[in-house]
Amino acid sequence: MEAQNHFDVIVIGGGAAGLTAGIYLSRAKMKTLILNEGAIGGQMVLTHEIANYPGVESISGYELARIMKAQAQKFGCIIKSNLKITKLDLKDEIKKVTVNNKDVYTSYALIIATGGRSRTIGAIGENEFKGKGISYCATCDGDFFQDKEIIVVGGGNSALEEAVSLTKYASKITIVHQFDHFQAFQHYVDEAKAHPKINFIMESKIIEFIGDEKLEKVKIQNQRTGEISEMKIDGVFIFIGYIPNTEKLEGIVELNDWKEIIVDKNMATNLPGVFAAGDSIAKRFRQVTTAVADGTIAALAAAEYVNNIKKELITAEV
Amino acid sequence: MLRTNLTHVLSEQEHAKLLQENENVMICCGRMGPMCIPVYETMEELENEYKHVKFADMEFDLPDARVIRNLPECRTFQGLPFVVYYKNGKVVKATSSIQSREQITEILDQYFGKE
Repeated sequence: MEAQNHFDVIVIGGGAAGLTAGIYLSRAKMKTLILNEGAIGGQMVLTHEIANYPGVESISGYELARIMKAQAQKFGCIIKSNLKITKLDLKDEIKKVTVNNKDVYTSYALIIATGGRSRTIGAIGENEFKGKGISYCATCDGDFFQDKEIIVVGGGNSALEEAVSLTKYASKITIVHQFDHFQAFQHYVDEAKAHPKINFIMESKIIEFIGDEKLEKVKIQNQRTGEISEMKIDGVFIFIGYIPNTEKLEGIVELNDWKEIIVDKNMATNLPGVFAAGDSIAKRFRQVTTAVADGTIAALAAAEYVNNIKKELITAEV
Repeated sequence: MLRTNLTHVLSEQEHAKLLQENENVMICCGRMGPMCIPVYETMEELENEYKHVKFADMEFDLPDARVIRNLPECRTFQGLPFVVYYKNGKVVKATSSIQSREQITEILDQYFGKE
């Protein structure tokens, strides 16, 4: 193992959980490397305004991520982003991460903070019309639909909250949801139901997006009767939750039926020295604050694990 | 002005000059929003790898950004950012909404080649 590529802890993922782990570990004088496949900030960057982060009245997700990154780097954390992790060897005492099929990094402990990504419907035409009528970001693309008729897909907090925010632009909004009830908090449901521009199609799914150069209509299937209908539409915003980025971990660490990483109260996985934090773990609430908390616990537990290994190494030498 | 480390295009004149002076150009026209930021970050990182390509951004809401907003290649776009790739001043590819590093490098390799 090359000294320059060996670290006390490697963190995989540069979202809220990963950056927090980086801050805590580096400040504790652990030689720490964050390896990140996408852009720094993860899902946090996709949030236009964060108004419930304690101590900060209002901040954009991008700005919060930028500050966290700078904070981690200030303490000495090395961050490498926009790379591809091609191999993980996590069973032995020394963990190995291969990047871009060539560079190998090693560590005593590893924290998985790979986060999640927006769930897609998987209907015919979804990829084709992304950016041409289909959007996953109301704050980014809402103004392209001024006085237009749109659909919002989903029944959780994000879907109902964004549907209400899109009423600033759209003339009519139809919320399409697969169940007969919403998962969102009641106040979001009440606000959407009370809005004159919003109506609902329940127990239904979009099964096809249709158009020529841009989206023109959708096929909607009623989940109870199987009946399929067509609806002319200018745009569709999709907010149906997130899926964990754990594909590379299958068969390596223990995952549940939803492909989320199973951890204990110390954020430890089933593998010694391997911890996990943030949106990729099995948990109910996914917020920046919960990711930060997970990252903190994982970092402290990993630091303790590394210190114990170092003590054993010293004892063995003596 | 966009808060990136890329070259900022602020006017139609600067846009024209950029295309005149560079054979291969990639311009990301967007805002400091969630779908745009990852694209800027990728471009910043690719600047060192693709030295034969000029990477730049242009703020979507600038009046002069019409040089991109009104391109025929972008007429069906309804998602930020609008990313346009030029070779010898001509549009060779345009994309709408967020693109991954892999999608971007595939386009760069296809139209501009590897150095």
